[in-house]
Formats: sequence, structure tokens, C-alpha cells
Amino acid sequence: MNVKRFTNFSITQATTNGFLIGALALGTVSLLLVLLGISPAAIGYALINGSLSSWLKFSHVLTIWTPLLLCGCGLLFTFRAGLWNIGIEGQVVLGAIGATFLLRQEYSTLPPWALISLAMFCSFVGGALWGAFAGVLKNRGGVNEIFGGLGLNFVAQGFILWLILGPWKRAGIASMSGTDLFTRELWMFTPHGWRVAPAALIIGFVVFLLTGLLLSATRFGLQIKAVGKNPLAAPLFGIRPDMTGLCAMAIGGGFAGLAGGLQVICVYHRLIPSISSGYGYLALLVVMLANYKILPVPFICLFFACLAAGSIQLPIVLQIDSSLSGVIQGACVLSALLVHGLRKRKKGAA
Amino acid sequence: MIELINIHKTFGKVQALQGVNLKAKAGTIHGVIGENGAGKSTLMKVLTGFITKTGGTILHNSVEIVCNSPADATRMGIGMLYQEPLDFPQLSVIDNFMAGADDFSPAQQRTTLAKLCDTFGFSLLPESRLEELTVGERQQLELMRLIRNGTKILILDEPTAGISEKQQELLFTALQTLKDDGATILLVSHKLEEVTSLCDTVTVLRQGKVVGEQHRPFQRDDLLKAMFDTLPEHNSPPEKKNNGSPVLEFNAVCSTVGRSGLKEISIDIHAGEVVGMAGVDGSGQSVFLKTSIGLLQPESGNISRLGQPPNISFGKKSRKTVFLPADRLSEGLFPGLNVREHHILATGNSVFLTSQKGLKKSQQAIDAYSIRGNPDTMIEDLSGGNQQRLLLSLIPDEVQLILMENPTRGLDVQSAAWTWKHLHKRLADNGAIVFASPDLEEIMEQATRVLVFYNGEILLDKPTDKTTYQEISRAITGQISKSPSHS
Repeated sequence: MNVKRFTNFSITQATTNGFLIGALALGTVSLLLVLLGISPAAIGYALINGSLSSWLKFSHVLTIWTPLLLCGCGLLFTFRAGLWNIGIEGQVVLGAIGATFLLRQEYSTLPPWALISLAMFCSFVGGALWGAFAGVLKNRGGVNEIFGGLGLNFVAQGFILWLILGPWKRAGIASMSGTDLFTRELWMFTPHGWRVAPAALIIGFVVFLLTGLLLSATRFGLQIKAVGKNPLAAPLFGIRPDMTGLCAMAIGGGFAGLAGGLQVICVYHRLIPSISSGYGYLALLVVMLANYKILPVPFICLFFACLAAGSIQLPIVLQIDSSLSGVIQGACVLSALLVHGLRKRKKGAA
Repeated sequence: MIELINIHKTFGKVQALQGVNLKAKAGTIHGVIGENGAGKSTLMKVLTGFITKTGGTILHNSVEIVCNSPADATRMGIGMLYQEPLDFPQLSVIDNFMAGADDFSPAQQRTTLAKLCDTFGFSLLPESRLEELTVGERQQLELMRLIRNGTKILILDEPTAGISEKQQELLFTALQTLKDDGATILLVSHKLEEVTSLCDTVTVLRQGKVVGEQHRPFQRDDLLKAMFDTLPEHNSPPEKKNNGSPVLEFNAVCSTVGRSGLKEISIDIHAGEVVGMAGVDGSGQSVFLKTSIGLLQPESGNISRLGQPPNISFGKKSRKTVFLPADRLSEGLFPGLNVREHHILATGNSVFLTSQKGLKKSQQAIDAYSIRGNPDTMIEDLSGGNQQRLLLSLIPDEVQLILMENPTRGLDVQSAAWTWKHLHKRLADNGAIVFASPDLEEIMEQATRVLVFYNGEILLDKPTDKTTYQEISRAITGQISKSPSHS
């Protein structure tokens, strides 16, 4: 009986919090817009129109949703382990490099579907290694994962530029616009009138389910949570905090790497310098807004993806810079941190 | 002259100070001694404004003073030398010396520092960084800063813990100099030796009350008797089981962790023994326990635990040794996880977990150990006693060595008695219990053997039925020489 009451209480609490956060963020942004003499209604209409008014537009939203969801899932592992994986951007980049590396090989004997699958696997490995690298730096070198990850982001950015302008440059010219396009058969299948590859959606869905399963219904997930809550007590329960953290970094990096792989195989069909599109950093905001819970993540990803896709039209329709979507996302996260922070303080005071 | 009149301090229901009176004259060194938890530190913190008193009056030269913060106290010339130096380790000696000075004039401060160093016979290079200095040298700097700030009433809290003998001599000479200059010095210590050689007057605190005051020349035995509760001589020692095979062996183990580290500890503990470790906090008991379980690595020497090197065992291997730390919530449990999740982590090895997993086990434990809570109660919502019961319920059946720090800390009498009944029952014939406790009564009643730690050494090692309360008290205060190891 008690169990049930407890759960109900949490759900009500979460709903109230969500409502408060929404109202606070919406109110703040609307106020800002009114003060600037812009109609919030017009903005709202433009954003919805730009993201949800047709299947083509919505399928574009989904091309953003998928990598964002993958990064969000990866971050759930690291946050759960008490780690701040800011190096996720670099892990996305390394995933993209891994996929490109495989697709550039000449394997005439293998069918395209096998090559694409192998490329996705490579993207996972690339991201996982980059994540694990930050983890090893922390365990062996005592480098905080925030500094290690940030440093590795710059290294990854340098690495991708070097590849694009050096060894992987287009025949004859080296250009910031990226490497040569892959041949058509190496693009992930996208039906006519779609922007997003169905297989990408399936990957996102499977990774989400896998994350939920691993974190909520396995001993491994519970161990990650335990280490995140109190690394000092972990050894007394036979858990190695350093290795558990490293696993979380590798899995988180791997999922981020998959996001990079999808960017290469489904969206750009080549490697470009800004291949991550900042989805790693955006996913950090998503997970914070979700209060590090699994369930809200796909919905918040969808909301953020709609904002990102819808805002592309703002300069054309209303002569407003598309960075407004970033302002709205930021306002949401700040409101969430504020509401959760106040709740915690109230709980602490009670 | 500083006069404390009828000082009271309560923390919730706990009466930390109950009408303490103390008069320290200018130009004297006044010792304040007592057991752990006697109220010495609380009294000093009241005087420095670190905590506010619940009742009573403080007179400075017959004028009432009110210290609401350490800054107030500093203005009134009251300064305290804390156990851990409060300084900036990354900065240089001179930068630390200048910090908190009224005026910013490096050249002048440099001269002042040099002059003070000269007066006290300290040799500190202004440019050396604090993290390169020893605790003793940092203490010297702290002392000079207090003097520079015009401190007239100087409080020292266990000043000789963790410093060398040479530094101790220098410190004592400096204190004599200050005393001759008319300063009022309050010395908090548990070392009877240094108190009796240095002080003019000694006040003994026990359980928040003044239980004795003496002037030179001192009667040490009377001071000891006042410090420690006089208990009925040991009556019913637990039944001593036959010495079994060695469970824990230390051979010349040295460590520099903590305040006193471990100094060449050699000891054998056998199956069937219940070993109680006494001593002032930080005398090496905690380091001994953490080294035994493998949380700390010794710098030299050999340790064998159940015939193996003492590495902490990870993974699914059966856990034959458990460690229950003193600070349960921050070292032994996972705040944010519930009772059921703790049971899953401690027992079983299934990979997949359902919402029913561990439910039966934790419900059984809740019933068997009378834990007030349910399987879904978050650990931080349990009371201290219930947290301890949970920890006990997590001890696996196959356990052979139970290591504990303050096993009954924060427990009421009933819970404590229950805990011990349970532990004795749990102790298999081939197992042993080793525990540290600040409570001598607990050691005398529950242990078969007592070890007294003093400054990283074991000064006393005897079966509890072959020693006396007085002997243990003397060992705790460092008044007996090292006895040959008993095994």
C-alpha cells in the first residue's frame, strides 16, 4: 500500500514541477519578447508552423530528434554515475569519424547494408573509446572528467579538421565544406517524401529502450546509481567505483558516437567540420531539464528538436534571428534548475 | 583575565555544557582536559564565538563580553589555534601572514614576521609555500599571526597532535614567553604529561560539567579519576572462546595517513576474539581498521587477513570481511537508494532486477532487525539507529571478520544493547570482531581483549579481564610505556 502511495505522490509532484517549469520559462520568454516589441503569439505560430505543419517538416524535426535522443541516453549513464560528461561533443565527432573511416574503405565484396551496419558499429566504438579516454584520464591521471572532456572536445575538433583538410580532402581541393559525398547506395534508406531514415528512428528507439532496461532493471544499472550516490561506500559493497564510472563513460560515449554516425550516414552523407551540430551540448540541457530521469527525455528532445527546426524560418517570416530557439531552450533549463533547486531546499529545510 | 560563568549549551536534546565555570588569569597557562565528548571543544568554540551559548556569562577583565562570531572574538583579543591549521596551503608564508592583517604593507609585515620569528626561535622562510611545510611549522605561522593580531587570550586545541618533538619544545618555549608577557593561555589537551608540565591550573571536564580543578603541583591520579568515569570494576566479561586460527595479522605495519598514522604495528588477532580499540580520536584506530579492510594501503609491513593480502574484494566473491564505518551515511550507505536496493547490492548476483527483486529479503530483514521503515524507504530517511540495524542486516552469513568504527554511535541504550547481542550471536566460532569505540564501558563489557592506541602506537594490549579501568585510562593519556605484544 505504502509503495503505491509513494509512487502516486512522485508522479503528482513531477507533473506540478513540469507545469511550474513550463509556466516560468514561457512567462519569462514572453515577457522578454513583449518588452522587445515582438508578439509572442506570432513567434509561437511561426515555430509550430515551421516544425509541425507538414510531414516533410516533421520528418526534418525527427532528423534532429534522433541524434539528440541518442546523446541524451548516453548522458543518462554518466549523470547516473555522478559524472559530468561534457566531452560528449567530442564523442559525437569521433563517432562520425569512425563511420566515415569505414565507409571510405573499398570493400566491394560487402553489400551496402552490411557496410552501413559496420559503419554504425564503428561510430559506436569511436565514441566509446573517446568517452573511455576521458574516464581513464580521470581514474589514472586524476583529471576531472569535465576538464578532460573539454580538452578532448578541442582535440576532436582539431582532428576532424585535419582529416577534412588533409588525408580525406576532396580530390584536388581541400574545403571546409567537407569530404566527398558517399555514393548513393551508402546512404541510409530514406523513403520518398521523408527526411529521416526509418532505420535511424529504430536505432533511436532501441537505444532508448536499452537505456531504460540497463539503468532501471539490471544490477549494473543499480551499481552505476550507487556509485553516483556515494563512491566511498561502493567498495564496501564489492563495487569498484572507478571501473563502474569508466563503463558509464564508454557506454555514454558509444551512444553519442552513434549520433555522430547517423549524422554522417543519414543527414550529411559526408564528413563536415560541424558534424555534431552542437547536439551533445544541447543534450546536456535536455537531461538537466528532465531532472536526470529517463522518461521525459524523448519528449524534451522532441520539443527541443521542434524549436530548432521551427526557428529556421524565423529570419524569413519575422526577421528574427533563429538563435531565439536557444533562448527558449536556455530559459526552460534555467527554470527547471530553479524549480528543482527550490524544491530541494524546501525538502532540506523541512 | 577571562571568566566563564555558568555556561550552558544545548544541541537539541543534548546538553553539551551544563553550567561550566572557569577562571583563567592573565599570565598563566590554564589546562582544560577531559575525555572525547566531555565538552572541551564546545566550550572553546563558545569562547571564540564559533557557536553561541544557550546561557551564561563571559567576563573579560570583569566586563561582560558578547562574542557572536569569530570576528567579534578577534576584535576582543581572543584567538584560537585550531587542531588543523586554518590557512591557504597554496600561498607563501608571507602571503598567509599578511592575510587578515589590518593594513596592507608587505615590507612592514615582512619585518614583523622576521621579528616574531626571532622572538620565538622559529625559522620560517617568507617565500616557501605552505604546502611544503610541516603541520608544526604551519602552526608556528598561525601562532605568529594571532600574536600579530593582538591576541591576548590564546586558545590552543590539542596543539601537539601530529608535530615533532623539536617543534613541541619550540612551541612550549613560545608559550612560556607569551605567558611571561601577560597573555592568558588556555590549553585543551588529552595528554596529561604535557598539561601537568606546562600548566599552572587545570580544569577537568566530564559530560559537560566541571568535575575537578587543580593548581600546581598536580595529583595525577586524582586528575585521571576525575577525567574518566569511575566505574564498578569489570564484572561479566564475555565468554572467551578458544583461540582459533589467526584472522588478522599485522607485521611491522607503518602508515602516515591521518593525524598519527601507524607506527610499526605488529599484532595477531585470532578467531573467537572480540577486540576493542580505545584511544583518543585519530590515534590510529581508524587507520588500523581501514588498512585492515584494504581501503588504505600501508607504506611498509605485511598484513594478512584470513590468510590473504588485505585487498578489498570486488565482484561476486563471497564477502568474508565486512567494515562498518563510523559515519554510516557518508561512508557506509548510499543516500538516495532505498532499503531494498541496498539488499540487492549486498546480496545475490542476478543480472536482471524486477520490481519484486529483493523485496522478500528486505522485508525479512526489516522484521528480523526491527528496522522502522519499509523496503521503499530511502536510507537517509531512516534514523541513525535504524541505519545501523540495516548495516547489520547486510552482513553476509559467511562473514569471518567484522570491523567496526564506533558501532553504537548515536544509538540509545536499548539499540546499543540489541546491536551487541546480535553481533555476539553473529560471530561464528571461526570469526572475530574488531571495533573502535570512544566508550570504555562498551569495550570493557563487550570485548575479550583491549588495544589502546596512542599516537599511532599500541600502548596496551591485554585481555579485558586482566586489565583495569585505571590502566586503560593511563594508556589513553600516554602515561605508560609500550607493553610487549600479547597474542
